[in-house]
Amino acid sequence: MTDTPQPSIEPGEAANTARRRRSIAIGIVLAVLVATFYAVTIFKMGPAILDRPL
Amino acid sequence: MVSVGSTDQVLADEARLGDYIALLKPRVMSLVVFTAAVGMAMAPANQHPFLALIALACIAVGAGASGALNMWYDADIDAVMSRTANRPVPRGRIKPHDALAFGVTLSAFSVAFLGLVANWLAAGLLAFTIFFYVVIYTMWLKRFTPQNIVIGGAAGAFPPMVGWAAMTGQVGLDAWIMFAIIFMWTPPHFWALALYKTGDYAAAGIPMLPNVAGSRVTRTHILVYSVLLAIVSLAPLATGLAGWLYGAVAVGMGIPMIVLAAKLSRQPEGAPMKRTARRLFVLSLFYLFAVFGALLADRVLTLNIGIL
Repeated sequence: MTDTPQPSIEPGEAANTARRRRSIAIGIVLAVLVATFYAVTIFKMGPAILDRPL
Repeated sequence: MVSVGSTDQVLADEARLGDYIALLKPRVMSLVVFTAAVGMAMAPANQHPFLALIALACIAVGAGASGALNMWYDADIDAVMSRTANRPVPRGRIKPHDALAFGVTLSAFSVAFLGLVANWLAAGLLAFTIFFYVVIYTMWLKRFTPQNIVIGGAAGAFPPMVGWAAMTGQVGLDAWIMFAIIFMWTPPHFWALALYKTGDYAAAGIPMLPNVAGSRVTRTHILVYSVLLAIVSLAPLATGLAGWLYGAVAVGMGIPMIVLAAKLSRQPEGAPMKRTARRLFVLSLFYLFAVFGALLADRVLTLNIGIL
């Protein structure tokens, strides 16, 4: 059995742009989530959460 | 590896960011955010404004998630209706399993986060709303009965109740009144749309009332529900949820709604009747914004300024 080269699909400019924008959007959403989780923790539990003994 | 060259023709159809936003049905989401925000504002409880804002965002994301799941399941009928043919799934820009994964992920996330930020009653109600819209309405009622949007309308009526529950941890009579206003509003709104989009729904095989029972019966139903809507909209006055400012707006919107529905019910078939149906559809949109806006204005003026 010989290895037959498989045809590939090279993404063009439009596809790359769409992927890049989606990746940026996912990054922004994740950053907002991190900030939100942090803020919610502080607001729910109060600043004292930072003073607890480890 | 053998390249077959650039295939923008193939991959230009790849999902754009806007396609995922379209999956969330932003216009429906804006209505949900608005009514849920009013539900939160009317609730007799104080939450930290930031936590209330995050709870509202959870409700919005939950609504968007149910929109994505609706588009996943309804891709076949969306493809044959002019109003929905351009949606990302029927257009092939987002694959059905991607829409499903997107919707399920956002549903789970929004419910869990609302439970942690607010309380688990609100989270449970949000989960039930998503379930009701996706399973009861989309998968079952929509293709099965001409009463689809009457019963399914409950899904759209829950957001102010979820908002109320997020603030208070319980569901009171006033939350049910806001639910009832949207529940009664849904049939005249969607049947007016169905009257001038009859061909679309027939082509898709959806048993909307005009296709099944005919235009005249539908218009009589619209009139009945418009009268019920106007009456139910006065309930906040009876319970003290709102005062005279709200009452003036409710009466001021209720009368033209009934007058236009009565005119629609008397008109013969034809283009003028369809134009009236379209006007009623637009008026019903204004109705909901005006009535819920008046609830909010009434509360703000009463609490913060003491004018009323």
